[in-house]
Amino acid sequence: MADAGMLRFHVPEPEVRPGGTPDFSNVTVPKAGSVPRPEIDVDPRTIRDLAFSIIRVLNRNGEAVGPWAGLLSDDELLAGLRHMMTLRTFDARMQMAQRQGKTSFYMQHLGEEAVSCAFRKALSPGDMNFPTYRQAGLLIADGYPMVTMMNQIYSNEADPLKGRQLPIMYSSKEHGFFSISGNLATQYIQAVGWAMASAISNDSRIAAGWIGDGSTAESDFHSALVFASTYKAPVVLNVVNNQWAISTFQGIARGGSGTFAARGLGFGIPSLRVDGNDYLAVHAVAKWAAERARSNLGPTLVEYVTYRAGAHSSSDDPSAYRPKTESDAWPLGDPIVRLKNHLIRLGVWSDERHAQAEAEILDTVIAAQKEAESHGTLHAGGKPSTRDMFEGLYAEMPPHLRRQRQQAGV
Amino acid sequence: MPRRTMIEAIRDAMDVSMGRDDKVVVYGEDVGFFGGVFRCTQGLQAKYGKSRCFDAPINESGIVGSAIGMAAYGLKPCVEIQFADYMYPAYDQLTQEAARLRYRSNGDFTCPIVVRMPTGGGIFGGQTHSQSPEALFTHVSGLKTVVPSNPHDAKGLLIAAIEDPDPVIFLEPKRLYNGPFDGHHDRPVTPWSKHELGEVADGHYTIPLGKAAIRRTGSAITVLAYGTMVYVAQAAVEETGIDAEIIDLRTLLPLDLDTIVASVKKTGRCVIVHEATLTSGFGAELSALVQENCFYHLEAPVARVAGWDTPYPHAQEWDYFPGPARVGRALLETMEA
Repeated sequence: MADAGMLRFHVPEPEVRPGGTPDFSNVTVPKAGSVPRPEIDVDPRTIRDLAFSIIRVLNRNGEAVGPWAGLLSDDELLAGLRHMMTLRTFDARMQMAQRQGKTSFYMQHLGEEAVSCAFRKALSPGDMNFPTYRQAGLLIADGYPMVTMMNQIYSNEADPLKGRQLPIMYSSKEHGFFSISGNLATQYIQAVGWAMASAISNDSRIAAGWIGDGSTAESDFHSALVFASTYKAPVVLNVVNNQWAISTFQGIARGGSGTFAARGLGFGIPSLRVDGNDYLAVHAVAKWAAERARSNLGPTLVEYVTYRAGAHSSSDDPSAYRPKTESDAWPLGDPIVRLKNHLIRLGVWSDERHAQAEAEILDTVIAAQKEAESHGTLHAGGKPSTRDMFEGLYAEMPPHLRRQRQQAGV
Repeated sequence: MPRRTMIEAIRDAMDVSMGRDDKVVVYGEDVGFFGGVFRCTQGLQAKYGKSRCFDAPINESGIVGSAIGMAAYGLKPCVEIQFADYMYPAYDQLTQEAARLRYRSNGDFTCPIVVRMPTGGGIFGGQTHSQSPEALFTHVSGLKTVVPSNPHDAKGLLIAAIEDPDPVIFLEPKRLYNGPFDGHHDRPVTPWSKHELGEVADGHYTIPLGKAAIRRTGSAITVLAYGTMVYVAQAAVEETGIDAEIIDLRTLLPLDLDTIVASVKKTGRCVIVHEATLTSGFGAELSALVQENCFYHLEAPVARVAGWDTPYPHAQEWDYFPGPARVGRALLETMEA
């Protein structure tokens, strides 16, 4: 054997760091409409290419083209636009509320609004999402009251979670939104278990798991894919690739796998990659995967290619690790602008109506915020009782907790 | 009344529960067709079908994580981790998810799961087939932790655990699966058929979680034990001739503090026995509680007999395992103190 010399350690690096010029030349963007739409009972082995391409519907001219187009009515698209705009406005107000000290923490969805808003519309009543902390569009698009979301964020006296949870860790069984946990990836395998239970019970409901690009490196991502594959669980396994895991670029989690969608192929799971900033494409792919699950054809893995335009959280400053203008250079654009342009092209929307809608939505969000703040904010006004801290851990309070509650004087 | 081994009693508990409630599902590694490496699930798949009892991939986090999802759906999963020594990959799911789901969602979602794990040593199991990790569960708010010591209790406690609305860690001392064991490894083992606690009623019955059992009434000293150590304590008491009161805790959390305190106030002395390592073991919690609640009644320091603070060795099995001689010495020393 020839002497190969010293080994060298490899650590992936993003193309550009702060001070550099944003460069997404490595992101290959296929033409809208160019990726085929297979039948839902397709043999997964024959669509491996779909894990390496990007399914897109909206082209540069704002037209919906190709085999994934044509599923949504004008009214549904207008509703979708309103949901995304509402989420963005909600985010901006809550981010500001955090800066004003009304709450301790917030996480925005800026640039990712299409993913959760459009996905929600592909599900049926009774289906269950197992979201991360960046899918509040599932709640907005399902009509969950914004005031209740804000009450949770403010940990006030009307907080449905009694002040026990960090802001944005919502829970709503009624709206198919599983309780959010701070522990990354744990909910991915739980989604598979929920789906297994639905199949065991001969139900017709399906589950959806959610994970970000960074968290695919967690072992529960692997657990979920194994179990979903083994039991053909009726679950849609969503990977939101927003390029960043706090300061860590997606190449650290992805390594040499090419795409996150490609991770599903080794498990025999049909895996699709979709333009996450294209409301129509997200909805069409989600619908395809949901139909597969509901038809007992098993799991689908979907990678949403998008960009985290905002900071990771209210505690993060992205200018420390990526160029400030990087989101402007993102080749898939802004999901709201793209759907807006499509609707204008269809002749059912205009710049004037958009500006008017923006103003209306802002009024609605501010009204909700006023109502929520009447119930208190983190450091002012009504708050959950100290007694609530001891309640609800077990179905019945055990003796040691009763003693501690007495010691606390409540 | 029929006599059963602990294995048969545990299997019977799952059989009864699955028969009464079609929401009860049983799965884990080798649990389905084969019936479990300890035979605890033998025949359940044949009787209830593959959708109620099935084999799982070798992935403890996946087993517990999927069970949490099933519980959120509305099923009652009773899953198995093949050895308690292998629960660590599932520790995140158990402590951050199962334990807190009801609390963090304010009851929107709940987690009525049971996680069965064969536990304990005395079987030449070495480092990863002998551990007693109960203190890693009792330290977690939101979990319940149960350790039965005989077939009668194992069945009643397991049915109660399956019916309990909260997550229960059910630790089964595998040394007791086929018969009681008092630590005298050089003597022949008696089967459960020769022991009165091997009597296991047919059909449904429960033993409430959170209630201890007094195995021997005495006035001189209180011994707190659970699992295999109940029999070791009994042997030590017989061999020393001390009139000890032996309490089998059965449930570690919630703990039956009333029974413990009443006994120590009566005897004025207390020895705590467990297989798990000493430092920060559950015995430390018991000792603190006895001290806090019985200080003016104590006539001697509370003693702890436990596994040494080392990984569980193979060749040195009987030097590690807290046998009747070590427990007997602690009893005598505490009596003389």
